[in-house]
Amino acid sequence: MIVTSKDFDKAVVMSIEEERLDAHNSNELKSQLMNLFEEGKANIVIDLQNVRFIDSSGLGALVSGFKNAGSREGNVKLCGLQKQVKSMFELTRLHRVFEIFPTEEEALASF
Amino acid sequence: MKNLLEVDIKVPNQTKYLRLIGQIGEDVAGALQKFNDSDPEELAYHINLVLTEAMANAIKHANKNDPNKDVHISINLTDDQLWIRVYDQGQGFDISSADMQTPDPELDHGRGVFLIRSLMDSVKYRRCEKGNVLEMYKSLRTTHSNYSEE
Repeated sequence: MIVTSKDFDKAVVMSIEEERLDAHNSNELKSQLMNLFEEGKANIVIDLQNVRFIDSSGLGALVSGFKNAGSREGNVKLCGLQKQVKSMFELTRLHRVFEIFPTEEEALASF
Repeated sequence: MKNLLEVDIKVPNQTKYLRLIGQIGEDVAGALQKFNDSDPEELAYHINLVLTEAMANAIKHANKNDPNKDVHISINLTDDQLWIRVYDQGQGFDISSADMQTPDPELDHGRGVFLIRSLMDSVKYRRCEKGNVLEMYKSLRTTHSNYSEE
């Protein structure tokens, strides 16, 4: 899985450079998030603007990251959701769990 | 009832093939647009998702990630019905525990069957000759259909 990470004062922005987030690569996302947690980085913005498709495993990996960040007194926030991806968050009620922002800047400003 | 399209494909029991099957689902949705007035992007996403979820379940839960097994997928499209059947070669898995209730948002698993049930009209899982089949049906009848019988 290709991800790029940028460090900011308040949080790390992790951009997913994949079109699909599914059962084939969702475990890699979990590991990438764990790597950040182990480096002591618990405030993370995940930029999903390149993700056109997400399945239940992809959603599960994000929830796992969210819970891990919470246990480290951090937070995982999301930005750049495409229309169909956003509708999956709504269908599974995950839009009530995550703080979701249109842009990376707005997500960073919320920390 | 005309049989518009029939796709039968067998792929190795590996998650790297999810993308291929999902893409085939999107292409089938393209064929549906000729007579269905639903949002094309949404329908393509839903068929992609249903196939991805059903196939991932077959790979992981029924076929237990065994690389020597296969998953067989059959898509059948008539003028007003979509049937998707995903055949595994395993002992089966329990889908009855996953009912129509929205899964606990705090859980990091257990949304696959819920998504399939939300997007299809009927879902059945039954034994067949070499294993089990997850049989999913969706009616394509719309009140404003512009499709007419030739």
